Amino acid sequence: MEQSWRQAKGLFAALMSAPLVWLVFFFFVPLGIVWLYSFGENRGLIDIAFTGTWSNYAKALEPLYLGIFAKSLWVAALTTFLCVVIGFPVALAITFAPDKWKPWLLLLVMLPFWTNLLIRTYALIAVLRSEGYVNQTYRFLWEHASGLMTLIGLQPLGTFQPLELLYNNFAVVLGLVYVHLPFMILPLYSTLDRLDRSLLEASLDLGAGHIRTMFSIVIPLAGAGIASGVLITFIPALGAYLTPDLLGGTDSQMIANVIESQFKRANNWPFGAALCFILVYLTFIGIAIQGLLDSSAKKRGMA
Amino acid sequence: MSDAATIKVTPAKKERPGPLDYMRRWPIQAWLVAVTIFLYAPLISLMVFSFNDSKRNVVWQGFTLKYYEKALTNASLIEAFSNSLVIALCSTILSVIVGAMAAIALWRFRFPGRTAFDAGMAIPIVVPEICMGVGMLVFFAKIFPWPQGLPWPLNLGAIIIAHVSFSFPFVAVVVRARLASFNRELEEAAKDLGASEWRTLMDVLVPHIQPSLIAGALLAFTLSLDDFVITFFTSGPDTVTFPVKIYSMVRFSVTPEVNAASTILIVVTVLLTFLALKFQGTSALTAGHGPEKK
Repeated sequence: MEQSWRQAKGLFAALMSAPLVWLVFFFFVPLGIVWLYSFGENRGLIDIAFTGTWSNYAKALEPLYLGIFAKSLWVAALTTFLCVVIGFPVALAITFAPDKWKPWLLLLVMLPFWTNLLIRTYALIAVLRSEGYVNQTYRFLWEHASGLMTLIGLQPLGTFQPLELLYNNFAVVLGLVYVHLPFMILPLYSTLDRLDRSLLEASLDLGAGHIRTMFSIVIPLAGAGIASGVLITFIPALGAYLTPDLLGGTDSQMIANVIESQFKRANNWPFGAALCFILVYLTFIGIAIQGLLDSSAKKRGMA
Repeated sequence: MSDAATIKVTPAKKERPGPLDYMRRWPIQAWLVAVTIFLYAPLISLMVFSFNDSKRNVVWQGFTLKYYEKALTNASLIEAFSNSLVIALCSTILSVIVGAMAAIALWRFRFPGRTAFDAGMAIPIVVPEICMGVGMLVFFAKIFPWPQGLPWPLNLGAIIIAHVSFSFPFVAVVVRARLASFNRELEEAAKDLGASEWRTLMDVLVPHIQPSLIAGALLAFTLSLDDFVITFFTSGPDTVTFPVKIYSMVRFSVTPEVNAASTILIVVTVLLTFLALKFQGTSALTAGHGPEKK
């Protein structure tokens, strides 16, 4: 049982002081100022006046920015969906792997995750650029196919055109999936691992196929884990800055890139702050939805 | 199990996979191999081509270490790397202390505002990085300007503060998971035997949570070494960290030198991961990410 703080005031004060001060002064104060700025106006070059205006939020609702929000949500949703589809079989395989393999398989998934995000993105650039390995392979196949065509007396294929794999929306989604896949696999694995296997065996014994068992037994039971995986992937994907910045083209800006440019180049801090807080609110809405799903899943579990 | 029964009746030549042995079914195996290639091929080719003796870095031309030499003699890269290490080291020490204090306080005491504090600790984990980044930018520009021109490493203070702010809640999560397995009666026994609150804390509780302190430290260290976005908004021209430096090089072009520098960092990270494994077993892998396993 926890102790009441009154029973050891000295220890309590000593333990609480540093975390509380740090959290408030170095986290909530900075965010609070950004929040205040979102209701401010630029006065001169560097001064910002708190006027309580909503104009920054109104500006964020202009079609241009609304479009970027919609696009960010869409890209994050697509990324999350792909991560679920790619990650679910992997999590399943790890769950039902022999016990001595499990740690190694988990390590296999986690090692890239521990590698620097920037380096992973850079590695993708090296693979995808027009003289990268994907295009090298494609070119090799193309030229051989072309040679083969002449051999059997057909017109050779035209001149080789490298695939445009970089600096577009495709590259952004691919990069986001690449970066976030481990985020998805871990929560999926930890839910699947706790699943009652006899239910799966019962389903299979009663004649359902593996696919049917997956969709009618495993997925409903693992719902909460899938939801938490979705949240863990969706939130960072929505706020992604580096991936769209390095892999995207001019039309693949996501919301974080707009925020960055408002703060660094456009020097319109109040508007950047408003965009920033819209992103924070979207994040909180996502967490709230997940919380609701989670509690309703628990209720169903009780009944 | 019907399968086991059939195997007994007719001694099979080869053991058939059980119904749930998904690992032994080829579609799953193929999928696993494909995902592994997807995750590793870019990283491995990056590492392999850091040894490639070609400036354009496309076709394999032969083995060389000259890009390592180049990277290791690049003064600004070395400076960025040592900045990163110092920042990671300082922010790790502070994060472990502050995070462990928060975890113990939350585990040990009932106090008004406990729920609020608990929720407040979760917010740095979930807030988008970019928002925290601009928060730090504004904070250090307007409210708490970090003195300019301090001698190294004091000029890194602002970045260290920012890094502690996002790492210590993660440390607290890891430490709390470990505290859940602590038997409170041990503490009472220590007190009954005459130990003071402080002695009890240091001699009974801290040894119990020591593995989680190490795991938390490794987590904080990697988070700090890995961070780009928040540092990008906090760092000035003379406080460039390794990721920020790589970023400016990557924007420019793909060069073998960046490959070499990245390879060094990957090796450091892999070694740290194995250290974490050694100290805490596989649970360190998932520490702070995803639901804690019981």
